[in-house]
Amino acid sequence: MPNRVSILIVDDEESVRDSLYNWFIDDGYRVECAENAKKALALLDEKEFDIVLADIKMPGMDGMEMHRRIRALPRVPIVIIMTAFAAVDTAVQALKEGAFDYVTKPFDPDDLSHLIRNAATQVALKAENENLKEHVTSLVDVEDIVGESEPLNKVLREVEKVAPSDSSVIITGESGTGKELVARAIHSNSPRKYFPLISVHCGALSESLLESELFGHEKGAFTGAAFNRKGRFEMADGGTIFLDEIGTISAKMQVELLRVLESKTFVRVGGNKEISSDFRVICATNRDLKEMVAKGTFREDLYYRLNVVNIKIPPLRERPDDIPGLVKHFIQKYCTSMSRDMISIDPAAMKHLETFEYPGNVRELENMIERAIVVGNGRVIKLKDLPMGKEVISSSIESLDDLEKKHVTKILEKYSWNISRSAKALGVDRATLYNKIKKYKLKDR
Amino acid sequence: MEDQGIILVSCGLFEKKLTGRVAADVSRELHYPVELKDCSLDISHFYNPGRRQYDANKLLKAISQRAPADAVKVIGMVRVDLYIPILTYIFGQAGLGGYTGVASLYRLRNEHYGLDPDYELLIDRFSKVIIHELGHTFGLIHCSNPVCVMRSSTYVEDLDQKDKQFCYRCRAELNRVSNLHN
Repeated sequence: MPNRVSILIVDDEESVRDSLYNWFIDDGYRVECAENAKKALALLDEKEFDIVLADIKMPGMDGMEMHRRIRALPRVPIVIIMTAFAAVDTAVQALKEGAFDYVTKPFDPDDLSHLIRNAATQVALKAENENLKEHVTSLVDVEDIVGESEPLNKVLREVEKVAPSDSSVIITGESGTGKELVARAIHSNSPRKYFPLISVHCGALSESLLESELFGHEKGAFTGAAFNRKGRFEMADGGTIFLDEIGTISAKMQVELLRVLESKTFVRVGGNKEISSDFRVICATNRDLKEMVAKGTFREDLYYRLNVVNIKIPPLRERPDDIPGLVKHFIQKYCTSMSRDMISIDPAAMKHLETFEYPGNVRELENMIERAIVVGNGRVIKLKDLPMGKEVISSSIESLDDLEKKHVTKILEKYSWNISRSAKALGVDRATLYNKIKKYKLKDR
Repeated sequence: MEDQGIILVSCGLFEKKLTGRVAADVSRELHYPVELKDCSLDISHFYNPGRRQYDANKLLKAISQRAPADAVKVIGMVRVDLYIPILTYIFGQAGLGGYTGVASLYRLRNEHYGLDPDYELLIDRFSKVIIHELGHTFGLIHCSNPVCVMRSSTYVEDLDQKDKQFCYRCRAELNRVSNLHN
């Protein structure tokens, strides 16, 4: 979106124009500058701009007068007034006359980014309204979610359905299934996409640290707290907060979290000012929260508050059809990131990957491919480049008899078909072992 | 003459361990050899007593004037607080598609925010700022991927949210530009 938004900077100070120009160019906006109001109006006559960022005090025509003339244009851009602290009254007057907002120089980088994102969102909403008839059917930012299997398509359909709403979502699934990617896809396809997605790995933080991380702290809140610090809820204002490993938080934090989710307000640690933040919450866990509720280790009220929508990501072993596509995707990803030529995979290695059990799911497959590219010959991934340790022993298709036959054979071979020693090792008497040999038609080779 | 690679210039005293680790991170991510150099630039000329900060634009200009011509890119590393006229502070600055950049360690320390020192986190943050600025010098703009190193970071917690790596798309663009450069 940003590269479609155009910004006109109007300021008589070259250093201000240059700094703003570089700042917005880095963000991907289309930017032009004018050193006075007259030149700015001439540019606005020539082409359309989405946002005008104008200084209020300029030689010749001032920012206020320029704003009045801009309001008379056929297509009125969003105007943001820049002012020195002393001229705030004039800026307030500009707001009354229809300016979008004002900022006092010098700006906090975060305030500037926030302000422009707000304006850009406004521009985007306007454009969306204008293009209302164009129905958007495809999801964006899901390139890393690879696969076409039915279980995965079901997840993506759920993402598509839930993304535009503000409902809380719990994403469940085994470790490594891609819960964070799904959270990102929900955020990127929601109206909050122009604001931050803030992730918190709850399991990695102690209770006190989590409290400070989530709510922030005030200067002097504890020894050494020399500055105010924003918490993650505050950072997520306008956007989404993603609470990973939600099942690990303490009983005390569960109470705090429930309160914040209900009121969308909180107080920084050591502070007394109530801060409000408009965020959407997405949680993820690999634990069974319902079972935790039944056991009394997770609050029922919090569970129902969070579990408005539940998206379950299937483990990789339940969608083996996606493995070839994932392998191709990871080969492409790591060859690109390691600046190597594309490599292929030989059929035996692919077959091995297709029958692997993947207790670590997609993450494990990704690590296997990355490792294979690093240790391999640089042209083809071969079976020897892949770890063999955890290969599926086809346990799901082998019967107990098959396993018994294999084990008895192994022991007999170990003891060179010495019946007494083999029977002892197997914990059976000799007669039983003879029966097994007969039953499985085993022969000394 | 063959390009030397990327040069990280210390403008001020830096621990060798820190700059060594940062250089390794930069080299790993940018796929160029990285050389560490000291510079005798007197940065007090760029101090603004009114703001009690250092002017990043002027500093960047001075680094550009002294930068060796045979490097791929040059990044100046400073320990002081940087600003540009319109912003209260910046972590770093580089021209889009330019040759030089500057990165500051000042606001990356946990102690600055009342937290316990964390040396590993400091190195991590400094590497991210430098890799980000280098990304700009290679023509990369800010990225919307939340974990991409090219994601815009306006405060230090933002830095901690992202990785040291380029996302798939930025990496592809970087490779494309690097190939043109070579």
